[in-house]
Amino acid sequence: MSDSKIPTSLSSGVSRRAMLAGSAALTAALFAPKMLLAKDYPTAAVNTTGLAVTDDTVTVGILHSVTGTMAISETGSVQAEKLAIEQINAMGGVLGRKIEFIQEDGASDWPTFAEKAKKLLVNDKVASVMGCWTSASRKAVLPVFEQYNGFLYYPTFYEGLEQSPNVIYTGQEATQQIIAGLDWVAETKGAETFFLLGSDYIWPRTSNKIARKHIENFLGKKVVGEEYYPLGHTQFNSVINKIRLRKPDVIYAIVVGGSNVAFYKQLKAAGIDMTKEKPLLLTISVTEDEIRGIGGENIEGAYACMKYFQSLDNENNLAFVKAFKEMWGSDIVIGDVTQAAYLGPWLWKAAVEKAGSFDVDKVRAASPGIELTSAPEGYVKVHENHHLWSKTRVGLAKADGQYEVVFETPDLVEPDPFPKGYQ
Amino acid sequence: MNATSNRLFSPAEFVGLAVLAVIIFLILPTALDNFRLNLFGKYLTYAFVAIGLVLCWGAGGILSLGQGVFFGLGGYCMAMFLKLEASSPENTAIQSTPGIPDFMDWNQLTELPWWWEPFHSLTFTLIAVVAVPVAFAFVIGYAMFTRRVGGVYFAIITQSLAAILTILIIGQQGYTGGVNGITDLRTLNGWDIRTDSAKDTLYFVNGGLLFVCILLAQLIRKSKLGRILIAMRDQENRVRFSGYDVARFKMFVFCAGAGFAAVGGAMFTLQVGFMSPTLVGIVPSIEMVIFCAVGGRLSIMGAVYGALLVNLAKTTLSESFPELWLLGLGALFIGVVMAFPNGLAGLYAEQVQPRLASLWFRMRGTGKPEDAGRPAAPDLEVAE
Repeated sequence: MSDSKIPTSLSSGVSRRAMLAGSAALTAALFAPKMLLAKDYPTAAVNTTGLAVTDDTVTVGILHSVTGTMAISETGSVQAEKLAIEQINAMGGVLGRKIEFIQEDGASDWPTFAEKAKKLLVNDKVASVMGCWTSASRKAVLPVFEQYNGFLYYPTFYEGLEQSPNVIYTGQEATQQIIAGLDWVAETKGAETFFLLGSDYIWPRTSNKIARKHIENFLGKKVVGEEYYPLGHTQFNSVINKIRLRKPDVIYAIVVGGSNVAFYKQLKAAGIDMTKEKPLLLTISVTEDEIRGIGGENIEGAYACMKYFQSLDNENNLAFVKAFKEMWGSDIVIGDVTQAAYLGPWLWKAAVEKAGSFDVDKVRAASPGIELTSAPEGYVKVHENHHLWSKTRVGLAKADGQYEVVFETPDLVEPDPFPKGYQ
Repeated sequence: MNATSNRLFSPAEFVGLAVLAVIIFLILPTALDNFRLNLFGKYLTYAFVAIGLVLCWGAGGILSLGQGVFFGLGGYCMAMFLKLEASSPENTAIQSTPGIPDFMDWNQLTELPWWWEPFHSLTFTLIAVVAVPVAFAFVIGYAMFTRRVGGVYFAIITQSLAAILTILIIGQQGYTGGVNGITDLRTLNGWDIRTDSAKDTLYFVNGGLLFVCILLAQLIRKSKLGRILIAMRDQENRVRFSGYDVARFKMFVFCAGAGFAAVGGAMFTLQVGFMSPTLVGIVPSIEMVIFCAVGGRLSIMGAVYGALLVNLAKTTLSESFPELWLLGLGALFIGVVMAFPNGLAGLYAEQVQPRLASLWFRMRGTGKPEDAGRPAAPDLEVAE
């Protein structure tokens, strides 16, 4: 598949300059040759299903928690989506139409997510929705999106085992995040024994299941313990004692949310110095956002396996970080999910313009094969299974709260939401 | 006791009931589109809980901060039936073990747990929706009330029950769906509950059941039993020394409240399409008490309006101010409770109704003004 005809804005040289310059500095003349004009795409032709599309505008929804316990995690996604929408508008919008958005608050409450999703689709007739964060919220809105044929861009890395025709998953499914990291730690660090632990819900459990199968069946190494704690748990002393007793080479931690703060502080207090890498700690649940809560000095020396780190040193990412800080303040950090959320509006724009229509069925049909050549994380492409091809990277946590990238897969990793041999 | 209070409904209460019926069955369905009507259907499921609380708390003086437990148990029973129906082997062919609910498959269960089996039957489910929560309430009530645990201690214990049940559901995710809850419910005995027409039907079924519950609650309140409850609330020892077994009355009213909440929970599952532990825990349980407090804990009608208005405010505020709405809602609660300790029903009974009544009698020029001017909820006169 190629995007040669389609000016997917992220992939064109012009747009890269646009992002460097910041959206304010744009002049219409600069983009005149690239811009699609609304008059070439009459509303009646590009919108046959009664979506909120006019001659000048198209409305999308943003559905995240901005109140409640998840607000701290989801705010970054909202900010990224708003930035992307502003940049797209500054470049002339989608099919010549400015993107307007309706933001709804899921309030960290799954029934509310379902209610708001339905409101966006049924009342507001939005053309697509950027939203959700936790698996629980996605599971709650999924039947709504399938029933009313909405189109959701979901940003979070998650457990896989799902492939909805109405969702594009812009984060990694579990195998993309886990396998390359385990291979790396086994090869370069010579790890033989692993201790798995996590918060007690579907994502950590499924991820550890995949990790265990990979460690035991594919790497031929040993798992010496597997433990789960409820979300919000703050007493990790007993598991830390077990870790000291069993002396694993690697602690594989999928602790989520506020528990992280307690976990890493107690680990440090118990005398486990992660910079010595005995044991080494590898996590898939701590992004730059979480480190702000944990404190860089408490997690220094740990490794995280993600597809994106704020410190990625490439032209696109530098421009993205600059634009993000200009819009949302210079002390802000950008984690893996925030970047994935930023891709949502761009992928949608590219799919709409490839389809030449806002109709969900046509956007869906156009989505596989859409590629962004200059996303902050690098080149990404939409797979037939609605997930993204993307690289896996390992970062080393620094005391300043940033990661230093120490490894990246040479090739894009194929998304495999229903991995054979890992069930 | 005068003649009017022996009737099931005083004239004023009857008018109130008729007004509510007109609002629920005529005004809302004609004025609202399908989406908004479905939302109101969801709000009304909370009214069931609020009615139960009027009985327990308003009349019986038993403050339960754990009504979410019964709402949740009723809802989960319904959700289990619907989930089993949605998990036919054809629908779940992609799983390692087809024919079991998807979350069990993710958790490496290979067969349906035995206690899920009976939920293949709709009859069993409909009985279980009420029977399971009521039985649970009976056990708690028996354990607490016969030991004379009451007041704030009882409230704290019910609250901890809500916390325990949430932890249990989240911890046993292979059997319960965990944090995600039981999602993606589709059909009830082959009838697709996701369509617009089904949602309309469910709204009316819900409204009908609500009126049945209102009648039952009114029946309990107006019976001798209801009088004993109020006496018990105000002077428990005197009632006990008069020879009544106080614990049994408390158990009865607590079970009744649980039963109402359970029906609401089952209707919630049917109308919203899923059930999750976020509806069982401490926060929703306290919210349910707030519905009741805002509406007026002494008035059945007040509780229904309270549930409707608070939820409507929640939806409207959060749509208009996605980042600030919780503050607005909080201010509303504080304002209502400070200004009108008896809630909206108290406001109506103290301010609106006497004026309406005097207006009525000026027009009619007959009857006894002091009788008709009585507040809709006679219990208001009982001093706390």
